[in-house]
Amino acid sequence: MTSVHELMDYAEVIERFDPVLGLEVHVELHTNTKMFCGCANVFGGEPNTQVCPVCLGMPGALPAVNGTAVESAIRIGLALNCEIAEWCRFARKNYFYPDMPKNFQTSQYDEPIAFNGFLDVTLDDGSLFRVEIERAHMEEDTGKSLHVGGSDGRIHGAEHSLLDYNRAGVPLIEIVTKMIPGTGERAPEVARAYVTALRDLLKALDVSDVRMDQGSLRCDANVSLSPKTTGELGTRTETKNVNSLRSVERAVRFEMTRQAAVLANGGSVTQETRHFDESTGSTSPGRKKETAEDYRYFPEPDLVPIAPSREWVEELRGTLPELPWERRKRVQEEWSLTDAELRDLVNAGAVDLVAATVEAGATPAEARSWWVAYLTKEANARGVELAELGITPAQIARVVGLVNAGELTNKLAREVVTGVLEGEGEPEAVIEARGLKVVSDDSALEKAVDEALAAQPDVAAKIRDGKVAAAGAIVGAVMKATKGQADAKRVRELIIARCS
Amino acid sequence: MTDLIRSTAAELAAKIASREVSAVEVAQAHLDRIAEVDGAVNAFLHVDTEGALKAARKVDDDIAAGAHVGPLAGVPIALKDVLTTEGVPTTVGSKILEGWIPPYDATVTRRLKEAGVVVLGKTNMDEFAMGSSTENSAYGPTRNPWDLDRIPGGSGGGSAAALAAFEAPLSIGTDTGGSIRQPGAVTGTVGVKPTYGGVSRYGLVAFSSSLDQAGPCARTVLDAALLHEVIAGYDPMDSTSINAPVPPVVAAAREGANGDLSGVRVGVVTQFSGEGYQAGVLRSFEAAVAQLKQLGAEIVEVSCPSFDYALPAYYLIAPSEASSNLARFDAMRYGIRVGDDGTRSAEEVMSLTREAGFGPEVKRRIMIGTYALSSGYYDAYYGSAQKVRTLISRDFDAAFATVDVLVSPTTPTTAFPIGERTGDPMAMYKADLCTIPANLAGNAAMSVPSGLSDEDGLPVGLQIMAPALQDHRMYRVAAAYEVARDAALGATVISGVPQLAGAR
Repeated sequence: MTSVHELMDYAEVIERFDPVLGLEVHVELHTNTKMFCGCANVFGGEPNTQVCPVCLGMPGALPAVNGTAVESAIRIGLALNCEIAEWCRFARKNYFYPDMPKNFQTSQYDEPIAFNGFLDVTLDDGSLFRVEIERAHMEEDTGKSLHVGGSDGRIHGAEHSLLDYNRAGVPLIEIVTKMIPGTGERAPEVARAYVTALRDLLKALDVSDVRMDQGSLRCDANVSLSPKTTGELGTRTETKNVNSLRSVERAVRFEMTRQAAVLANGGSVTQETRHFDESTGSTSPGRKKETAEDYRYFPEPDLVPIAPSREWVEELRGTLPELPWERRKRVQEEWSLTDAELRDLVNAGAVDLVAATVEAGATPAEARSWWVAYLTKEANARGVELAELGITPAQIARVVGLVNAGELTNKLAREVVTGVLEGEGEPEAVIEARGLKVVSDDSALEKAVDEALAAQPDVAAKIRDGKVAAAGAIVGAVMKATKGQADAKRVRELIIARCS
Repeated sequence: MTDLIRSTAAELAAKIASREVSAVEVAQAHLDRIAEVDGAVNAFLHVDTEGALKAARKVDDDIAAGAHVGPLAGVPIALKDVLTTEGVPTTVGSKILEGWIPPYDATVTRRLKEAGVVVLGKTNMDEFAMGSSTENSAYGPTRNPWDLDRIPGGSGGGSAAALAAFEAPLSIGTDTGGSIRQPGAVTGTVGVKPTYGGVSRYGLVAFSSSLDQAGPCARTVLDAALLHEVIAGYDPMDSTSINAPVPPVVAAAREGANGDLSGVRVGVVTQFSGEGYQAGVLRSFEAAVAQLKQLGAEIVEVSCPSFDYALPAYYLIAPSEASSNLARFDAMRYGIRVGDDGTRSAEEVMSLTREAGFGPEVKRRIMIGTYALSSGYYDAYYGSAQKVRTLISRDFDAAFATVDVLVSPTTPTTAFPIGERTGDPMAMYKADLCTIPANLAGNAAMSVPSGLSDEDGLPVGLQIMAPALQDHRMYRVAAAYEVARDAALGATVISGVPQLAGAR
């Protein structure tokens, strides 16, 4: 599908409009079983192998609520500073779609389990922005449709569709923000920062894999523009298929510039669902509906209400781990970090990794220098997340230990780490296989020094004349001869000793 | 053989357990009876001859091996085709599920099998249990063994007719607005709707989730009680099932059979009489009340004014839930598929399948329910109906504060002729006037035969209602009444069923 958009320059958008955001995030919980049946909740199985009469919507089958999912929902609500309902129900959202086995989704409607909360998110400059949370509610995921024969995997133009119900019934929590005004030009950044903060929070709670690439964290971005002249709220669009943090930012920014152009040309924004295209960074309208969808919500008669006792809620509050912002505050104090250092650490997504490395024996400075300075570059170069780079905090701590013991130079240490990243095994195995031990035997080094001095008699003469700085060339030659395995400091000492 | 098919379930179980007769002989006698008369009655949609004989053999083997067997082991049963049966077709009386073989057993089916009860087959019903005559079945109407030109009630007409035709001593029905009790009443058999949540709904193809309740059907009160205890009890697969001990219904039935009801307070619901009630039905009811008084019960009149609104409330709530429950029949995963010729979209195939697969009454209720739940109408229809439901529950609560059980006729008329009401849905709906309140409130209710109407010689039912989880109260009253009634008539009511054509 091709469509040419007229876009307004971003600076002009901000000059003329106030953007208003609304973000809906769907989180797949990583419970062992599905929301309403005993089927395994595992990503990526053979199609239609994790199914049963309940999640296939067989005639006669009935749902039974997964208690762990309710527990996770309450913990998420508490972490988002929400009130927890004393009594709430599931509701049926009725609409027909082939990948929805019952043709209704068991969800929550006007009685969500958690409501009225907020999340303080850290922006790139370190400042905080409070996003108010409307609600967090429980529901089940749908199956997946695979459209075959079309150009882009979308239903438009497809020849036929395949249905995989493995995902049907996977527990979902939908977290909905209140309207977010007041972001100004930072709207795209706030959107990304919010989803980032939410992801980190859910990870800390250990309730979800939060993998946007696998769909376990999905974001729908609502965007509208309010003209500065009138201050009236604009018509919003809802952009789906936003599958990465970067896409959240791009999608919001695109919609702002697109809507602004529409309005500037005297047009009006259509309230619709739009689809984000990663490759072009643009949005396009979803399938047009002839009539407004009426979901005919009503209380789910197959399930009894959920009434979490206050004792249970408090018990769950007690199980909340140190939340990301608390952790950040603590490490900043403990590790004596400046705001800028903390920001770099957070932006690199390295707080947990550094903490674990410190726990394994490195100093905070050593650990940060590895993760933030060196490994972040490696991760970027390889296009993976820092945590998925393939090296553990314990391994880094061991390498640091070897450097401190004088068994590795910094250069050798990096080579060891490279070996680990390339799948050559534990650091010790890499050292062994690549022969990376520091040469600490003075007699071997003396021999190399003598050879280097003999090969460059003019340099040797300068050193003997007291021009110690000239020793650098000899050090270089020795390091080359020992394949970098010598301790440069010791080599230098030997050279000076030889020439005096 | 005639002895075997006319025996009660309790008698058969005793004879099988003592090896006086084998379970296989009993199963075969009923299979023979089905082969003989079901062409005329059409109570069965599917007869599982092989499965029944295999299950019977297993019971005989267990007994021969000295194993402990349940109180109904070896007794045959007919299941309403709304309960899933692994490997045996389940159609819910609808064309849309034609050919569907469920991959799992309903909890009720499983419990019966585990108790050694021998499943003969699946019985006819109004499509998706929507109807009061079994004329809405996609597979032709079931006929009333008392008069083959009349309806056997509905939706569970097949389960009731199978009992009255001596094709099975026990059957399972489901009751959403009277679908167990009204067929029981018009066929001279006993039908019980247990307390909502008393029997698991897992594997019961849903019509209206908040009203549906499976229950026992039999020819005697004790048989119904024995079956009740086999199928009832908490099931984690059904969130709405009650996690509490099963009411002691068998003990209550045995106690009641002693014929003493002194100290029992019986309330007569004043709303259920007058216009629309057949005179012979009211006379039978009055005679039954007089008999209860003779047994020592104290009789008082009780007014439940909200019951007047039960029928309209029911016809909003049940269709609303049905419109959602029946959405899953979309040709994607099971059942028939119409129009999938490679040129049509999934939505078009769904639509064509539902057009061809659902009958007119089902479509009518889907449309009513869809409308009642629509944005802008929800509060006026579904919302108001739920308020009426609360008022009906309060009427029951107030009544049960002063009486132990409530009684009324089960249905306003005796069995009507086939075809009489098919063109008049309102007339058809009125057959459930007296039975619906108990579904809306969720309490227990049953129908026990109160003899024959003096003007047409057709069976009449006495409805007995009890508070939630007090199912045993109504069994006690019903059992006492049954003994007194038979003594007064000099015979059981069911013995009056005419010989069926072709039967020996």
